Amino acid sequence: MADNLEPTPQPADAIGAAVAPPRRSEWRRFARVFFGRKLYLIGFIIVVIIILTAIFAPLIAPYDPLVTDLYATKQGPSSEHWLGTDQIGRDVLSRIIYGTQISLIIGFSAVFASAIVGMLLGLVAAHFGGWVFAVIMRIMDALMALPGIILVLLIAGLAGGGIGVVIFALGFGAIPGQCRMMCGLALSVKQNDYVLAGRAMGMSNWRIMLTQIFPNAFPPLMVGITMGIGGVVLGEAGLSFLGIGVMPPTPSWGGMVNDGQRYLLQNPLLSIAPGIAIMLLVFGFNMVGDGIRDAVDPKLRGVL
Amino acid sequence: MTAYIIRRVIIGIIVLLLVTMLVFLLVRLLPGDPLMVYMGQFSVGGSGTTRITPEEYQFLYHQYGLDRSLPVQYIDWLGKIFHGDLGKSVTVGQDIGELIAERMPRTAYIGLITFVIGAVGGTFVGIICALRRGSWMDNTLTTLANIGMTIPVFWLGILLMYLLSYKLGWLPTHGWTHPLDNFGKHISQIIMPVLAMAVGSIAGLARLVRSCMLEVMRADYVRTAWAKGLQERVIVVRHQIKNAMIPVVTALGGAIGMILGGSVFIETVFGIPGMGRLMTTAIFDYDYQIVQAGVLLFGAIIIFSNLIVDIAWGWLDPRIRLA
Amino acid sequence: MSIVLDVQDIKTYFHTEYGLVKAADGISFQVNQGEIIGIVGESGCGKSVSILSVMQLIQTPGEIVDGKVMFDGQDLLRYTANGAEMRAIRGSKMTMIFQEPMTSLNPVLTICRQVTESLELHLDMDRQAARERSIELLKGVGVPDAERRVDDYPHQFSGGMRQRVMIAMALSCNPRIIFADEPTTAVDVTTQAQLLELMKDLVTRQNTSLVIVTHNLGVVARYAQRIYVMYAGRIIESGLSDDIFNHPRHPYTVGLLNSVPRLGERHGTRKLIPIYGLPPNLINMPPTCAFLARCTEKVEKCSKEPWPALRAVGDQHYISCYVDIKGK
Repeated sequence: MADNLEPTPQPADAIGAAVAPPRRSEWRRFARVFFGRKLYLIGFIIVVIIILTAIFAPLIAPYDPLVTDLYATKQGPSSEHWLGTDQIGRDVLSRIIYGTQISLIIGFSAVFASAIVGMLLGLVAAHFGGWVFAVIMRIMDALMALPGIILVLLIAGLAGGGIGVVIFALGFGAIPGQCRMMCGLALSVKQNDYVLAGRAMGMSNWRIMLTQIFPNAFPPLMVGITMGIGGVVLGEAGLSFLGIGVMPPTPSWGGMVNDGQRYLLQNPLLSIAPGIAIMLLVFGFNMVGDGIRDAVDPKLRGVL
Repeated sequence: MTAYIIRRVIIGIIVLLLVTMLVFLLVRLLPGDPLMVYMGQFSVGGSGTTRITPEEYQFLYHQYGLDRSLPVQYIDWLGKIFHGDLGKSVTVGQDIGELIAERMPRTAYIGLITFVIGAVGGTFVGIICALRRGSWMDNTLTTLANIGMTIPVFWLGILLMYLLSYKLGWLPTHGWTHPLDNFGKHISQIIMPVLAMAVGSIAGLARLVRSCMLEVMRADYVRTAWAKGLQERVIVVRHQIKNAMIPVVTALGGAIGMILGGSVFIETVFGIPGMGRLMTTAIFDYDYQIVQAGVLLFGAIIIFSNLIVDIAWGWLDPRIRLA
Repeated sequence: MSIVLDVQDIKTYFHTEYGLVKAADGISFQVNQGEIIGIVGESGCGKSVSILSVMQLIQTPGEIVDGKVMFDGQDLLRYTANGAEMRAIRGSKMTMIFQEPMTSLNPVLTICRQVTESLELHLDMDRQAARERSIELLKGVGVPDAERRVDDYPHQFSGGMRQRVMIAMALSCNPRIIFADEPTTAVDVTTQAQLLELMKDLVTRQNTSLVIVTHNLGVVARYAQRIYVMYAGRIIESGLSDDIFNHPRHPYTVGLLNSVPRLGERHGTRKLIPIYGLPPNLINMPPTCAFLARCTEKVEKCSKEPWPALRAVGDQHYISCYVDIKGK
């Protein structure tokens, strides 16, 4: 009964038709999926605008975000101050524009720091397995057991506020997520035939990890990092809202929401506008993350 | 199943011990004087809230056992916690155990309502979207869910407060009334906190339920079910939901953590005297023993809910139950 | 012998992101009462799509754009895919055995529940009767200790046992026709033979028709009475099993048979000749014969004229080719 026309069993694919993709560069296909859906495109545009805003903040902002004007406090929107002024007469729009810098700096540094540490731990856990895996995963469980914001609150509360502490606290809180993801990815890649083939050819464990597991786990990791930024920015906003994050007078969106809370009746924009900025940023990065995921993960492609 | 539950319980206990270790080490190793943790803010001969002399400092340092090695201190501390001795608050002067017993029920109460609304709402929206995928309703709800996930809970609270209290005057801005004292007032005070926290849970769960349902809908066994001539309703209820719920249950465990975290903000915004509010004020008052106790309590709740999640997994999935 | 199923010119297209895939492009076949037929072809040639189309189990982005499925004097394609008429036929008169025994059974339901649901639905049995009947059915397909194992879950069964369960499910309502989509591909060779013998016995006893879709020529050679050979979404040769195997007339079928070893053949008596090249991409296909690029028998007409329709070359023997290879 060896009369098989094909060497391997055909996958139980509903389509069953050999849809070999036409020869197009991977990048063009990626771009087509990524920019093919409106939400992702909107997210991408938002992210680009936010990054440009952060870089060119001094050029865009109409006022110095730190300069107070006690003759013009708690003003509503006007042609001079589009979003009005806060309780000590600072221009809200300028503060939001400069706040972009703080959010992005904290977002990127915390996510990259946590990604590096988390990835290494995840790789090590997946690679060695056994008790190393058990110990690392239980520690991650313990970190996961503390709601992100609570752990961060504890660290930031103990160590005092400031950008450095906020980055450390948020990065620390984001480690288990990155670690688990990397570990899961590495474990699944490890099962693949090409890794087994590498092993059969006598490649060393570390070499397999670096040359085979990492490149294959890289695209999903990019998704994780992009999505992580939204979470960290929300965390930073939360800490600053509670008053233990970025210290005044540095403009931080979360802090602005908190400051504005007391003057809701005079100028609700004081609280509402920075909140919308937070949402735009988080939405943008989440959508870009979703888009990358759809574009790189063939399993999800076509689902919608 | 019993063996499986016992294994999960043991892992839960190990993780709980790790959490205590983590909290202990964080408090000890982060910059700051450990005596501060016990005494609140003070400065030696300075002008802090407590003024003590260097001799007193040495005496207290020894009295609190801070000159002993870390493992010994940890065991000692753990032993006390085990006996229910969480220490005394330096600012309120009250036993921390009593303080928590007074505050926690309020947080748990609001959290539970939020959880139920979030779980039911999120599952419902997610299933509807998956079944009608591609329709305008799916597109609208999915977009709303994407936005809902990005809303900071404190900002939503403030926005609700601005609209419903300041502008429309329908609801009181803040406060807490025991439901048995004045039920109407109680309800009017918890609507906004619950709403503000539930939006995030509904949005996150809806997204997840939708994608899990879509994945299950393409599964081979669902095609088998169609091939049997079953009705769509039967296929969804009997063949899809249970399978799709397996990953969702995990997310429900995560939602509890999110709600506990959210309570810190929501209680601050709406002035509810619960655990979250207690912890934020404690941080500002440098009353670290309260913070420590609160973090441990939240950690324990989450570990416990993860245990429930694991048991639910076993119940849903025979592959785990009978393994 | 009466015709049970008459499929006429089915066209099922998939709207993929790369373009339109004509997975089944004008498929016609007939199945007689109690007959076993085989549909063979390489993977991706559209054989699964064809039978899924008959049962209207095509999912988006697929769409049945044209054709007729005459069954019991009614055209099934006139019914909506999941409407009451179609549901009454699916799973009772017309059933299906899928390829993957590992994933085709619901992991969270007991075997009993999965077998009984068809019985309850189509034969109006109550729970208890359905349960007893499923135990009988499981015994019938050779599941040992069926009384006890009926309450097990799929993961507690081996691949072969799961496929026996699938067969029991397919037979449960005494169907008139069973489609088996690569029923033995995912199980090992000894189990393959047992399953095929079992299916053959059962359908012969019930006088049910069986359509086996496979890439395995050995399977169809042994069990099928008639064979349809598919290539790139079309049937390119059909005929009685003996004709196809011993007197193939289409260059593709000839190539196919020359490329596989036969059981009982002495070493070195015949040289295996592979078919060079790959099956074509089903997107943007040229109007000419899809096998042209790989064909060793092509004539000038092949690259100028469109892909020819099936023509009779013998009693019940049809090919779609300008060339007619005889005596090879």
